This record gives sequence, structure tokens and C-alpha cells, in this order.
Amino acid sequence: MLDTLLAANRSGTPIALLTRLDDGAQAWVDLGQSAGEFDADDALLVQARALLRAERSESVGEGASRVFIHACVPAPKLLLIGAVHIAQPLARMAALAGYSVTLIDPRSAFAERPTFEDFRVLTQWPDEALATIAADARTALVTLTHDPKLDDPALDWALRSECFYIGALGSRKTHASRLQRLAARGFTPEQCARIHGPVGLSIGAVSPAEIAVSILAQLIESRRGASR
Amino acid sequence: MEMLQLAAQWHAEGRRVALATVIATWGSSPRPAGSQLIADADGQFAGSVSGGCIEADVIRACAETVRSGVPKLLEFGVANEQAWAVGLSCGGTVQVYVEALAETQLA
Repeated sequence: MLDTLLAANRSGTPIALLTRLDDGAQAWVDLGQSAGEFDADDALLVQARALLRAERSESVGEGASRVFIHACVPAPKLLLIGAVHIAQPLARMAALAGYSVTLIDPRSAFAERPTFEDFRVLTQWPDEALATIAADARTALVTLTHDPKLDDPALDWALRSECFYIGALGSRKTHASRLQRLAARGFTPEQCARIHGPVGLSIGAVSPAEIAVSILAQLIESRRGASR
Repeated sequence: MEMLQLAAQWHAEGRRVALATVIATWGSSPRPAGSQLIADADGQFAGSVSGGCIEADVIRACAETVRSGVPKLLEFGVANEQAWAVGLSCGGTVQVYVEALAETQLA
């Protein structure tokens, strides 16, 4: 059972482990199929898949048919555009908070530094790199370069995706001109309102590590805030 | 998933492991359902099922389950008769399921 769970996790597939608490019998359920030591009935499958989508674990049923549904979901993704100074604390803090971090920067002098060796690093241009990534509602993207050549194609990609969080580092003035460029690419003000810019919660952050805290806090608020 | 990955790693190192999972909570509780702790027969552990209030008891239960292979369902809360020994000061109740990781599971 555990090997099935671990394999699903490696391939990025959400999967639920069902444990019948009375006798310890186990089964697994993903969004398409199920198998195991006992047959989950339709009602249980529906409950398990609903919890899997909500990324929540719960015990259901009573007595001998009480089952614990453990939702095992892959880590949410954080895509960082720009292997700049702020990316160093942000990548590390986000990894601690459970995000799977990918850095994208075609400037190999930035990207191929030992400080990023624990992370997935793509040294293509953002549009090429992002074309290889499937974004979903558990994906976040933050641009950090201040360079329109790098940031804008990434924001273009993110605005067309289901990403739950889009952030762009830069001052209010920088962000205003960014919005004008995105308008020229055909995005409406409503679409552009998805971008958090200036990025991060307003906590008076100054150092790269402090700015990383403010960005990560806003990311967490976007992901978890709705369920409070 | 983190604890399952670590459990598989411990197993690969030849250690026998039990897995403790929070399966239900009532009232305030520090860790939600699905939170996990793993422990071996020597009491080495990783992860958490509370803010530290019930860990000692859960680790002991894990060691027993590693030896016996028999799963256990534990309940902790202030209203419980165990409250004098181990209780949650936050006033919540948690149920923790403890199971040994069998060879077949890790095949």
C-alpha cells in the first residue's frame, strides 16, 4: 500500500489512503480508480474523492465501518522567475513550508550557483521553461527579476493559467508600467488584478529574507485564507 | 507524505517502524487530522501528532505496536480518564491510530 502511495506522490497524483479502523484493512482511492484489502462502496469513494479535492483528511462512518480517509496530495508548486538574491531565502523558506520550488533564469551566472543546488533550476528563457510545466490551482508564480524581458512572458503565461497566486516584485511605479505592458499584450485590468504587485504583505520588509517572509506569508494567505 | 517517505527510508535502513496518525479531532487541537509521527522500537521518532503534549505516550504505543504488530486506536483529551497522565491543555480531544508498517506494505 505504501509503495503505491509513494509512487503516486512521485508522479504528482493525489491519492487517498483508506484505513478501516476496526480491523486495520486498507485501500487506496485516486480520482480515477481504487484498489486494496477491502472494497470501498460508492458512497465512500465519493467522500474520499471530495476530501482529496479539498486536500483534507477525515474519519467517516461509525462503528465497524468507521474509515479514516487520509488525503495524500503532492506538494504545491512555486515557480520563481529570477535566481536573484531574494530567491535564495524565498526558495529555502518556501521549501520549509512544503512547496516544491523551481527556479527559472536563463542567466546561468545567476542560476547555476551552489546556493540553488538543492532546487530544480531551469536555465531556459521563462516562456520556453514554462511551456514544459503544467500549472494547476496548486501552482504559484513569482517574478523577481524587474526585467520585462524575463518577467513579462512569465506573467503572460501565469495569467493564462489556473495559478492560485501570481506575484511580481517591484515598486508601485514599476508595477504601473508593468500593467501598461500587459494591457498592450491584451490583458484586461480584471485579469491583471490577479497579480500581487508590489508583491508581499505590507510588513515593512527591508532585507531579502524579510521580503521573502512577506511574499511567503501572502502566498499562504492566498492558499489557506479562504478556508478560515 | 513526508512521514511516509521517511518511514520508507527507515525501513530501507533495516529499522522496524510504526506510524501514528491523527484520525479525528474535536475542539481545539494543535495538529489536524492526517498529521503523522513515526517511531521505532527504541523510541527514536520524527514528526508530530500534537504540540508535544501526547508525544511521549504515542511514541511508547508505537514501540509496542512495532513489537506486537497489532494496531491501536488511542484517544487523548481532558475529559478522558487518561487526563491525569496525559492530556491536552488546550481542551481538545484527539484520536490517534497507530499501525506497524508491515513488510507487505513496503514491498
